[in-house]
Amino acid sequence: MAPVATAPVEEQRKIEETALITGSEAIAVACKLADVDVITAYPIRPYDTVMQYICKLVANGEMDCEYIVAEGEHSQFEIVKHASACGARVFCGSSGVGWMYAMEALTVTPALRIPMIAMVGNRALDDPGAFGVEHNDALTVRDLGWQLVWVDSAQEALDTALIAYRVAEDRRIFLPCALSCDGAFLTHSQSLVNIPSQEKVNQFLPRYNRADLLLHPDNPITVAPQGNEDWVMEIRRQNYAAMERTYGVIKEAYADFERIFGRSYGNPFFEEYMTEDADIVLMGMGTLSTPVKVAIRKMRAEGKKVGFVRLRWFRPFAAEDLAKCLGRFSAVGVIDRDYSFGSPYLGGVLAGEVRNALYPSPGKKPPVLDFIAGLGGREVTVPDVEKITASVYQAAAGKPQPLTQWIGLRE
Amino acid sequence: MGRLFAIEIIYRGIYQKTLARNISRAIVLAAHKEGKPGISFGRYGDSPERNGIPAKSFAIVASDNVTLEEGMAKYEPKEVDITISVDDTLCKGVESWAWYGLQPVNKLLKPGGTLIVTSRENAEALIAMSHAKTDPYQLAIIKGTPSFSGLWVYKDDHTDVRILGAIAKVLPDLFSLKSVQAAIMDEWKDSLKSTSAARAYERTTSITVKPGQGNPEVPYKFDFPKWHEMGEGIAIPSITHGKPMEDPTTHVQGGYKPDRNPTFKKYTTRTMRPVVNFDTCIKCTLCWLQCPDSCFDVTPEGLYDANMQACCGCGVCEAVCPVEKCVTMLNETEFKDNASQWEAWRKDKEGYKTWLELKIKSPAPRSHGFRYLGQYEEQVPEMLEIAKEG
Repeated sequence: MAPVATAPVEEQRKIEETALITGSEAIAVACKLADVDVITAYPIRPYDTVMQYICKLVANGEMDCEYIVAEGEHSQFEIVKHASACGARVFCGSSGVGWMYAMEALTVTPALRIPMIAMVGNRALDDPGAFGVEHNDALTVRDLGWQLVWVDSAQEALDTALIAYRVAEDRRIFLPCALSCDGAFLTHSQSLVNIPSQEKVNQFLPRYNRADLLLHPDNPITVAPQGNEDWVMEIRRQNYAAMERTYGVIKEAYADFERIFGRSYGNPFFEEYMTEDADIVLMGMGTLSTPVKVAIRKMRAEGKKVGFVRLRWFRPFAAEDLAKCLGRFSAVGVIDRDYSFGSPYLGGVLAGEVRNALYPSPGKKPPVLDFIAGLGGREVTVPDVEKITASVYQAAAGKPQPLTQWIGLRE
Repeated sequence: MGRLFAIEIIYRGIYQKTLARNISRAIVLAAHKEGKPGISFGRYGDSPERNGIPAKSFAIVASDNVTLEEGMAKYEPKEVDITISVDDTLCKGVESWAWYGLQPVNKLLKPGGTLIVTSRENAEALIAMSHAKTDPYQLAIIKGTPSFSGLWVYKDDHTDVRILGAIAKVLPDLFSLKSVQAAIMDEWKDSLKSTSAARAYERTTSITVKPGQGNPEVPYKFDFPKWHEMGEGIAIPSITHGKPMEDPTTHVQGGYKPDRNPTFKKYTTRTMRPVVNFDTCIKCTLCWLQCPDSCFDVTPEGLYDANMQACCGCGVCEAVCPVEKCVTMLNETEFKDNASQWEAWRKDKEGYKTWLELKIKSPAPRSHGFRYLGQYEEQVPEMLEIAKEG
């Protein structure tokens, strides 16, 4: 085989390019750019698309890492947890019931302050066995000290993965972060993504330094000993403090991201779309932003001033900012791609959190309606969004509406 | 508010778990015979499923339900009317899994309260073992070898009912002997047990321990750090590396003494300790190798010195030692300190030999849980004889 001419390393590091890749593949590329040390894998759809692509990058000699296919998700997450304690930058991920099978490892990861980055390819929990998106899998870790972020494009997936490493591995934080990507809509559709240069990534992302918590013979420590009621509250309080600090560190990271890469996400915690003059707003997470935005443009043409707030960071939850934002509108319609059976007003998880954020707010508290939609990967259509909007307008006009409604259901 | 009674039972994990529960339950049932409500519970933070680890059970009884609730509002009573120590070696102090540092056996006793101990030692020996208090208290001894069972088998040597009889004697306001006997008949339907309780009632006397009387040492204490003073990530510094040992006579350095946990010393987890005959040791390394707690320090000349800060008294060293009477397990009540045996031997070999031979010749009796089939058949008649004779 003839030798392939390649540019000198310094030149290669400056290369910026555009590639047609899926959201999963974009995260795999972010792992390559972040020079992740240890990656564990166990196949489950739709997460497996990321492990396949990383595999390909390793096989092609583009990426150098320990790539371990575990015998199940529990081991998969345990292996990277230990590797991270030893100072390795790590990546793993799963979907649906695979994520649930790893649950014990997932609970101990934030407790031990492990900055693991995981991709959750959002998938309906069994039963029935279904591939489609629901957010309940990732949401199961919302109380445990995991940072949780939802993205809605492949570009955002790549960028957010880099930001997640930067935030999680900050010594002030040391908490894991789950990147939630809607199955199919994001994990299996390719779009054009700008791949930043290695030089810029190196500038943005420092090396992982485990510092005083490094598990190494030269720093002899014991991790996770038994400790009963005399210790547990203090340990929980430390994680409370770390999660409290994420809010500021995330802002810092987005500001630096903008400075180095020249791409801005505005408010890191949520995106506002056509809200400046809006009467009412819709809210949601992930890829349902596309039909919602299209519907809003259609409704605006009809004279309805509707806006959209897409939440990115679910943990930390920017409650004060969000309450201030939502206080500007006369009603809010939350679209939940999840369920929380028996919860207050029988609503979904996001609606409950939004009402919770609004309650202590000194500002205006608009009525919050909840719409359960798109479960199991069902499409959220433009007419669905129009139907939702009509009900929200009724609530804004003071006409009582059911607090929780199912949309797109055969009934 | 009515009257509140609190009684604690300090016991050894596994060996005395059932015994402590039986006593605690029977206290509540006997008081109930007189219309008093009560509760019985084991301290949850303890680890009674670990061999020999000190643990506690409590019985709280009150004259009425409202008063009982006042007592139940505190998970662990801050002061008790009676402390029952079902193993006399616990008089040296209690270091449980549930807290940090050493608690004197009599710590929770109210002024004038009673410490009941099952022991074959005399009062003088038990007082010397127990930490001194600023207030006077009473000491009552139930004569007998501390009752040790296994996890799945209970040795019914009447220790439980004898203690109940003694309680009726020292705290008659709590319940009468008649109520104790009625509760025994309900619970065990055994008139012999009822008789044992009556005998203990008749024979129990107590002596007053004066303020300042007892072990003058200040018990090891532990201060808890605030949440922001603690290291993060549930990571704690490891035990540091050890150092060579130094011969107290020649000052020659050699061997290896591992560093040990500075905040958990095992003095009170032990009911027996090994004594080593350094003159007959063949340096086979088996005790050092097999000790589950790495308690043996290696001396400059390659002998093995059992370090009392780390020894749990499990007896594995005695079992694996191939030389007869080179390692011998003896009752912990026989010892007044935790000093190095090897240092004593180095300083005075003849004196050590005499001391060792005397110790081994007439060992204080001790039963160590369930070891072999037929053991209880041997031990229970002896204990019942003691129960009869007092």
